[in-house]
Amino acid sequence: MEHTPPPFFKRGPAPLVRLFFFASLSLALLVVDARFRYADGMRSWFALAAYPIQRAATLPLEIGERVAAYFSTQARLVEENAELRAKALAYSRDAQRFEAVQAEAGDLRRLIEASERLQVQAAPAEVIYAGRDPYAHRVFINRGATQGVRAGSPVVDETGVLGQVTRVHPLLSEVTLLSNPDQAIPVQVVRNGLRTVAFGGGASGMLELRYISDTAEIQNGDRLVTSGIDGTYPPGLPVASVVRIERDSEQAFARVVCKPAAGVERGRYVLVLSHDELRPPLPTEAQAGKERRAEKSRRARKEAAKEREVDVR
Amino acid sequence: MYARSQILLPVRASTIIGSFALALFLSFLPWRDLRLVPDFVALVLVFWCVHQPRLVGLGVAWTLGLLADAGNGVLLGQHALAYSVLAFLSVWLSRRILWFGPWLQALHVGAMLLAGQLVVLLVRLAAGDAFPGWPLLVGPIAAALLWPAVSWLLLLPQRRTEREQTI
Repeated sequence: MEHTPPPFFKRGPAPLVRLFFFASLSLALLVVDARFRYADGMRSWFALAAYPIQRAATLPLEIGERVAAYFSTQARLVEENAELRAKALAYSRDAQRFEAVQAEAGDLRRLIEASERLQVQAAPAEVIYAGRDPYAHRVFINRGATQGVRAGSPVVDETGVLGQVTRVHPLLSEVTLLSNPDQAIPVQVVRNGLRTVAFGGGASGMLELRYISDTAEIQNGDRLVTSGIDGTYPPGLPVASVVRIERDSEQAFARVVCKPAAGVERGRYVLVLSHDELRPPLPTEAQAGKERRAEKSRRARKEAAKEREVDVR
Repeated sequence: MYARSQILLPVRASTIIGSFALALFLSFLPWRDLRLVPDFVALVLVFWCVHQPRLVGLGVAWTLGLLADAGNGVLLGQHALAYSVLAFLSVWLSRRILWFGPWLQALHVGAMLLAGQLVVLLVRLAAGDAFPGWPLLVGPIAAALLWPAVSWLLLLPQRRTEREQTI
């Protein structure tokens, strides 16, 4: 006769079995997420679930700022107002000059038959939350797919490039900062036009130029701007300035350390640039175009052959 | 038993859910250096796994881990794995831990949290990230130091009032 244990002894599978189950589930998720990126839909759902708590966690800071703003003295406000007015005046003068220079540059570009540069659209956003993870240099901004942010858009603040949107959720998106070791950005030295690529330096928050030859002409204090040759970042945005160069005659490459121009670790307000129009046609599309053309010519040949057949008849 | 010198009231589900929400809130606060901040979610998870191993176990731990992963924008599954291991260890040791005083409990909890941190570290190293430095150990140690306060606070809703005790 079978004896089943009374129900109050039933506690489901043994803890070790459960651990095995959940551990293998997590490992499978890790592999799927790291290698194939299939888990993004699931991630969006969990991110949406965590969103209210995230928003709530940033509230104390916002309230503190509002209260501080309320109690800021009249004198400081007046002073700040005057400062801003002066700045606006300077900017408007710059903007007028910029328009004239842009028109001139456009004329010159037409003269040498270069393609015209397209206007870059910018949408303001606010950094709501820095990622808790010390390994990933990421921040979250308060604009997502519903506000039209797309993955891959460059993000800048008032002083320079901050990073790139790498993942878009419905209400917020993740920005990978330039200091992330996996992040690379094509740059150009302003002084002499030397082109290179800057990589994130990791925990130090600095950028690093690799594969700069020992004899390359670069010096401390050189400013780096985006070169724009990758089609992702518009050209001419400030990126970093060189702070240290280590030349070692035993090695082929010098080690160049740069300090980011933007407040990579600070600052709250950023601009998301939309870059879609900047991108040149991808090679695969060009390939497809070629194929289409080939097909067209094939069809034309076939039609010609048909006509010939008709003629023969 | 040390922790059960008085008979506690049965726990309410709202207390558990509220404490997890509060822990997530604390961990999502904009901290300056996140390596030095204790992992509040892990701490509260260990507490409930030790005190209510029949209510809170690996399933809850795994779901919380996924929430933490998605909220922090890291590789999906790393905290899920670490919290599952953590929940297993605490359910396994739950009968033992409660016999000790608060500081010896904290010692156990610190060791478990370090094991959880180690799991995250191994996953990150396997995924190709650089070692983030020894301040990484500060978080679990700080969390262990918080344990007596946290367990006092979380047991508060279950305590009886003085009058009830005398009856």
